[in-house]
Amino acid sequence: MTPIIATDAAATCADWRLQIEPLNEHEETAITAQIHHYPQPQAATIEALKIVQEQQGWVSDGKLKAIAQRLQMSPDEVESVATFYNKIYRQPVGRTVISLCDSVSCWIMGYQGLAQALTQELNIALGETTTDGAITLLPAPCLGACDHAPVAMVGDHRAHKLTPTSLILLARQAREQSS
Amino acid sequence: MTDSQAMNQHIDQPLSQNIKADGSVTTLAEYQSNYGYQGLAKALSMSPGEVVDWVKNANLRGRGGAGFSAGLKWSFVPPLEKLPGQRYVICNADEMEPGTFKDRWLMEHDPHQLIEGLAIAAYAVQADTAFIFLRADYDLCAERLQHAINEAKAAGLLGEQLNDAGFSLTMLLHTSAGRYICGEETALINALEGKRAIPRSKPPFPQVSGLFGRPTVVNNAETLCNLPHILYHGIDWFANLGIGDDNGTKIYGVSGRVNNPGCWELPIGTKVADILALAGGMQDGVQLRGFLPGGGSTDFLTVDHLDLAMDYGTIQHAGSRMGTGTMILLDDQTCVVGMVLNLIQFFAQESCGWCTPCRNGLPFIRQILTELEEGRGQHEDLEHLLELCGFIGFGNTFCALAPGAAEPLQSALKYFREDFVAHIEQGCCPHGNSPKVDTGLEKEARFL
Repeated sequence: MTPIIATDAAATCADWRLQIEPLNEHEETAITAQIHHYPQPQAATIEALKIVQEQQGWVSDGKLKAIAQRLQMSPDEVESVATFYNKIYRQPVGRTVISLCDSVSCWIMGYQGLAQALTQELNIALGETTTDGAITLLPAPCLGACDHAPVAMVGDHRAHKLTPTSLILLARQAREQSS
Repeated sequence: MTDSQAMNQHIDQPLSQNIKADGSVTTLAEYQSNYGYQGLAKALSMSPGEVVDWVKNANLRGRGGAGFSAGLKWSFVPPLEKLPGQRYVICNADEMEPGTFKDRWLMEHDPHQLIEGLAIAAYAVQADTAFIFLRADYDLCAERLQHAINEAKAAGLLGEQLNDAGFSLTMLLHTSAGRYICGEETALINALEGKRAIPRSKPPFPQVSGLFGRPTVVNNAETLCNLPHILYHGIDWFANLGIGDDNGTKIYGVSGRVNNPGCWELPIGTKVADILALAGGMQDGVQLRGFLPGGGSTDFLTVDHLDLAMDYGTIQHAGSRMGTGTMILLDDQTCVVGMVLNLIQFFAQESCGWCTPCRNGLPFIRQILTELEEGRGQHEDLEHLLELCGFIGFGNTFCALAPGAAEPLQSALKYFREDFVAHIEQGCCPHGNSPKVDTGLEKEARFL
């Protein structure tokens, strides 16, 4: 029986390597630099996923497999890490991601009103992307800016003391800038 | 004692002394003009063992929530003669405790203070590599810390041959990809190894076998920020900063419906009421009912506890924990059932799923609380919730996540039971399932 299992494993191996979407030069350089920080290449998994995501906006199956090959891991091992962390996107997101803090201080200070206003404005539910691909709306655990509650991240920008009106204006600006 | 040291005896807000009102970052030159990196220089002139004893005698307790003595923690690292080779220090800057923002405040404004503190910790345990494990969303901190690390390296404050004994230090910034459990020190170590952030069983403790199986010390960011000052000013100065049994200052914070939410550096042991006074009191039309003293995983205290000193022992004696020292306020317009449901939702979502009480218990509690909040609860649910708090409590779980999640729930049932009963008897949330005052957000939303 042993040879059959070995052959199957080899076939599976060959299959995933064919599906690799090669890392570009920037990704390769940046990931290599991170690998040098650690005694084992696997330790750079999270950095590698973030580097690819920074380029593409998300981590595709093909890129995930390229990371696996580069870090000498199986795709499943990389996948187990990718799916664990909130900030690694395994499906495409909009050009701007709005992360709306739904934790306790922001909840007390008006999260529900913000969520209601923004889902109406964008015509999507939390966790969805607008049909034009401009904005993805995500709920976020405590963003650590409770002194400015309620808050949201609009792309890289942390927006403070939001009202439904100010949040909708920010979303509209993000949409205009990305179109 | 030198003149400058004598003058500095009056410094009573060491951690925030360089923080500027305009929010800009303290540069290396500014930091150094105010005895910056002199604490490290002093440490480097001592033996590592002397530094450990110095900090142990200062009784610096961990500011991340557990309150364990930092010097004692270091002393568990086996001596280099007994266990030669690689060792690590890690700054835990994965600040994700709901309601907590103190480390962000320190790192955004004065990154060199953290770098110097981390370098002192590294020297004490003879680590040649130090990591700052920073939470994913702290983009501005990441930018400023990386810039400050580069500045320190260029100035020869980090790198090779930092003292005559040949101590060298590489400092690296790791930005996380977001999960609350990364704040648990063994889960953090797994995350730094590029794995799922799942806690490890102890023993072995990280000081013996941590990152990549090597001796590792993990300290909270605020804890590390204390070190330069303790080294420079001395133990007596540090002891005199505190009001009660604890030494030093604490970064206290307040969020919720107050006029001036924020954080302030005050003597450790400052009264709750005095901290609330700095927060400008409650907003018009709302009354304070209670507070979580130190983040989302601490037990509620009430208006009867405002005269308590915010220190480890006093708050513990009152049945809660000082935790991170950043308070979240419950007011009379906010539904306590909804607030606890929000917290449980956070902990259920952030559970790593490794052990059953947390993985299954928290969603079960969330379900019961949801039914209560929506007016479908029954009286026996309250006893059931308390029973579940016991099931997910200390001793039954791998780490402190689920026991921490139980704390606001069990104390809400103790102090605000009538609110839960009102939901059952009225068949709905008396608050209409959300806060109703303040900015008129919901009304505004309807017209948009």
